[in-house]
Amino acid sequence: MSDITLDQIIKPENLVYTKTKLMTDKVLSYCPGCGHGTAHRITMEVIEELGLEEKTIGIAPVGCSVLAYEFMNIDMQQAAHGRAPAVATGIKRVWPEKIVFSYQGDGDLAAIGTNETIHACNRGEKIVIIFINNGIYGMTGGQMAPTTLPGMKSSTSPYGRDVNVMGNPLKVTELVAQLPGTYFVTRQAVHTPANVRKTKRAIKMAFENQRDGKPGVSFVEIVSNCNSGWKMTPRDANTWMEENMFPFYPLGDIKVDGKLVQK
Amino acid sequence: MSELKLMKGNEALAEAVIRAGADAYFGYPITPQSEVIEYLMAEKPHERTGMVVLQAESEIAAINMVYGAAGSGKKVMTSSSSPGISLKQEGISYIAGAELPCLYANVVRGGPGLGTIQPSQADYFQSTKGGGHGDYRQIVLAPASVQEMADFVKDGFELAFKYRIPVLILSDGVIGQMMEKVELFDPIPRLTDEEIKEKYPWATTGKKSGTERRIITSLDLDSHKMEQHNLKLQAKYNEITEKEVRYELLDCDDAEYLFVAYGSSARIAQKAVKLARAKGIKAGLFRLITLFPFPTVKMREMCGKGIKGFLAVEMSSGQMVEDVQLAVNGCSKVAHFGRFGGVVHTPEEVLEALEQKIIGG
Repeated sequence: MSDITLDQIIKPENLVYTKTKLMTDKVLSYCPGCGHGTAHRITMEVIEELGLEEKTIGIAPVGCSVLAYEFMNIDMQQAAHGRAPAVATGIKRVWPEKIVFSYQGDGDLAAIGTNETIHACNRGEKIVIIFINNGIYGMTGGQMAPTTLPGMKSSTSPYGRDVNVMGNPLKVTELVAQLPGTYFVTRQAVHTPANVRKTKRAIKMAFENQRDGKPGVSFVEIVSNCNSGWKMTPRDANTWMEENMFPFYPLGDIKVDGKLVQK
Repeated sequence: MSELKLMKGNEALAEAVIRAGADAYFGYPITPQSEVIEYLMAEKPHERTGMVVLQAESEIAAINMVYGAAGSGKKVMTSSSSPGISLKQEGISYIAGAELPCLYANVVRGGPGLGTIQPSQADYFQSTKGGGHGDYRQIVLAPASVQEMADFVKDGFELAFKYRIPVLILSDGVIGQMMEKVELFDPIPRLTDEEIKEKYPWATTGKKSGTERRIITSLDLDSHKMEQHNLKLQAKYNEITEKEVRYELLDCDDAEYLFVAYGSSARIAQKAVKLARAKGIKAGLFRLITLFPFPTVKMREMCGKGIKGFLAVEMSSGQMVEDVQLAVNGCSKVAHFGRFGGVVHTPEEVLEALEQKIIGG
């Protein structure tokens, strides 16, 4: 066994998995244990599997995934903080046959960009929005986000989020589901293989909706961890996410085919 | 076919956007420029040329729609008035940084803050010195007639695509609201999708498999690379300063005194020249058409030809006058006159200012 080299292991007959060609070879800038890398990969896998590479334009936000265009090997535009749904609208309106998606974090989508998010969803833009919710501002170093849980500590809520002073976390996904312009709204996670598979199915449905010209936004929230921002190991962060984030942000479909899912 | 019509400045601008072969207009209502989007909505440009018109939820959203559509190679425009233009500055800075072509118009009203809805020229600094953050410039065209409101749309798009730069039509409430005859230029067909892909290989139109992807961004975390990017931008601005200066000289051949003005102030100063000449004062008008690039070289040359004084006439407390002073550089007397906060000066006031501040001052 000790004589087997790496080259022998990755012979075609031994290959059980390859990275999608729609991810570049650039080393990810994300912290070990972060969900962004998985969310990027499954998004790109879906685009490749649906054969949409040549007609897809992605929008990168401001936040940890500001450099998403370094990793996603398709045409991309980087948007000002929170403006990705407006940028996506601009592209989709002049290239209606293209596939346009934005990829945004919680600060970007649910604080500074709330206006653009709500109105793009309300107009029923035929775009996909992928929303990574980790309850914190990761890139700037762990400040309170619109989605930070009550009592949760961050660098700008060092004694925990006091909702009487700092306001309540915003369940933006439930909010956009109420708008007539959203067609598919779901909340998923990528911290276990089973969840990755479910999320990939959701992202696939979102892009299929757009490809098929379904009326309205397909909105996929992914509840994710931010182990460095939460000051936990990746494993502890995932456990903490299951115990604290999921009860507040329950996983599952909220709206399918333009209809709210009855609970 | 070119057509002669009686139109408001804002309507002429809107009609010109359709005729210039624009692919989209994204706007938001604000006085005194709301006629632009109203005209476009009423005209159904989608039926005429296939052009998209969308009322955005804010000026911020509108300029970011422009950013997206411009990044994908389309010919797009927005317009607003002063408070709304302030909101767009973030987007303009991104468009300048990402080197995208776009056209926008500011039908200026009095400020600061919500100010007033009457005409003003108090956005000169914002328009020519930056407005948004970072070291960038934009080409600024200043129409002085309804005719130029239409013509500068065509010229503006050409310049925007030639240099991949935001171009601003800096109008004001007078030019936007007044009616004049205008000869509308012949419609230019919109580019087809295939033509766009061929002409603008930098645009995000979807990556062909096996080719390099296109990235539209203003970001580079490597400061040395960002400095190189800035040097490239500066080289472009220098080229524009060298090649694209536009101005008009009226009654300047024998003039001893010059009014320097743009937009509606230039129209008023033109009348002041007549009043001055009737009194035996040899006055002329140096009308700025491009505010950036500023006609520094020509103004300095005029100064060397024995001009005794320049009066900067503008509806502001004195903004353009600083560029006149820099151009003249102490070789002749420079003064400023202007009413502001929404008040429009009269030709008589302008002449009186010349007599008091330059001739008698």
